[in-house]
Amino acid sequence: MEFTSVVFYFLSAILLLSGLRVVTVRHPVHAALFLVLAFFTAAGLWVLLEAEFLAITLVLVYVGAVMVLFLFVVMMLDINIETMRADFRKYLPLAGLISGLMALEMYVVLGGQEFGLKMPEPKAVDYSNTKALGRVLYTEYAYAFELAAVILLVAIVAAIALTLRRRPGLKWRDPATQVVVRKADRLRMVNLKPQKPGAPVEDEA
Amino acid sequence: MDQIQTLLGPAWLPVWTLVKIMVIVLPLLIGVAYLTYAERKIIGYMQIRIGPNRVGPKGWLQPIADALKLMFKEIVIPTGASKSVFILAPVLALAPALAAWAVIPFGDTLVLADLDASLLYVMAITSMGVYGVILAGWASNSKYAFLGAMRSAAQIVSYEIAMGFALVGVLMAAQSLNLGDIVRAQQGGFWHWYFLPLFPMFLVYLIAILAETNRSPFDVAEGESEIVAGFHVDYSGMAFAVFFLAEYANMILVSAMTSLMFLGGWLSPVPFLPDGLFWLLAKTSFILFLFLWFRATFPRYRYDQIMRLGWKVLIPVTLVWLLVEGAVMQTSLGRFFH
Repeated sequence: MEFTSVVFYFLSAILLLSGLRVVTVRHPVHAALFLVLAFFTAAGLWVLLEAEFLAITLVLVYVGAVMVLFLFVVMMLDINIETMRADFRKYLPLAGLISGLMALEMYVVLGGQEFGLKMPEPKAVDYSNTKALGRVLYTEYAYAFELAAVILLVAIVAAIALTLRRRPGLKWRDPATQVVVRKADRLRMVNLKPQKPGAPVEDEA
Repeated sequence: MDQIQTLLGPAWLPVWTLVKIMVIVLPLLIGVAYLTYAERKIIGYMQIRIGPNRVGPKGWLQPIADALKLMFKEIVIPTGASKSVFILAPVLALAPALAAWAVIPFGDTLVLADLDASLLYVMAITSMGVYGVILAGWASNSKYAFLGAMRSAAQIVSYEIAMGFALVGVLMAAQSLNLGDIVRAQQGGFWHWYFLPLFPMFLVYLIAILAETNRSPFDVAEGESEIVAGFHVDYSGMAFAVFFLAEYANMILVSAMTSLMFLGGWLSPVPFLPDGLFWLLAKTSFILFLFLWFRATFPRYRYDQIMRLGWKVLIPVTLVWLLVEGAVMQTSLGRFFH
């Protein structure tokens, strides 16, 4: 067996196992951690396919940012596992249907050769797929790329608009005005004459 | 050398790579040990104290005494803790801090793995360091630790954006994601280094790395006076020491990254002096000194002001400078950025 095949089976085994643990493990935080492991090994598989840019981006975006925020939320939730288990039978048909669909999609994608799809040739060592990706993204697919960016922007604005609450009577401070405060805004220097004990204080300033 | 190679046969490459890894990691760990000594000494002198001076001549053996003490201490695991995650957390903190060194170039050909996208690799690997902090905070099952973890997660994710944009400025100027190529693009004296044309990016990066490594004045994740020690309040002995190692290894890493991307790495500041590793070490040490200087000088930021600085000041600054850089690069003045 070739060394790359050994690496492939090793990574795939970890990926499948951790994927399985995501749905079987009892605690949601542990499940999220197994999902992190799954992403990481998937990135390893992509490196094996010579798609190092996608692999690094997967780690950077999903492991480094998305899953951190995910964990952030999951850690603060108080989830009762028993009530979640109770609905298992109710959702089983729907889950089965979705799994079947995914298996079919995988067959269509992976079995491409059976339908007469040609596999791409491996590229030379000095080939930079980062540069190639950048070139097609900003020339051939520039409009599609910008459209995706606009959709994402709309999603961001919508998410903020949906969750922004303005509660009346809330006391809050604006750090922007606080940091521009200067000494003269808060402090008044006064000059006091030497006082005799017990005498009324005279303010000169 | 050749004889050993023929003797080992196919095992040569892994063995040789392991040797190279050791050559990087061992000096790094010694550097971490003496960075703690330098920190205590430098802050000591800044506050008109002497600092550690009892163990060995001038206190030079202090870090070794500290390491021994931590190794022989008991590791206490709290009763309510999630045991496996509790032990995993320090490992996850240290591993990225060491793994990122794989692509750091120390000279023109002195690099362990010459990746095409090494800048992205460093970004991706260092972004995983936050797991150590949030898992430690969660697994300890303690309110203080959890508060520290939440603060750290939000802070690191926010400042990573500003840091990423600063790096985009660098890779636009160098037109490469390879750290070696980025340094080579700055050849020809210190007026070719990127800290001059990318000065706002340089400042943003300097501030962002302080926040990314949870260092003062952004050390709210630890915040001794508010939440005791934050995420590692329940850690003791070697488990605590691993967090300590990770923090200092990260400091050295980001300082080396700053010197590579903005200060010309191993290149000498003037053409008549030879290039070499010592320039990289000197620049890294200078950035590390800044870390310690900031800690001795600035009071801790308030949490909402950290968020304001990250989102409302640093990110707009980098965005504006990216626009300026992109526009200028299209004109005849573009050579200032190359």
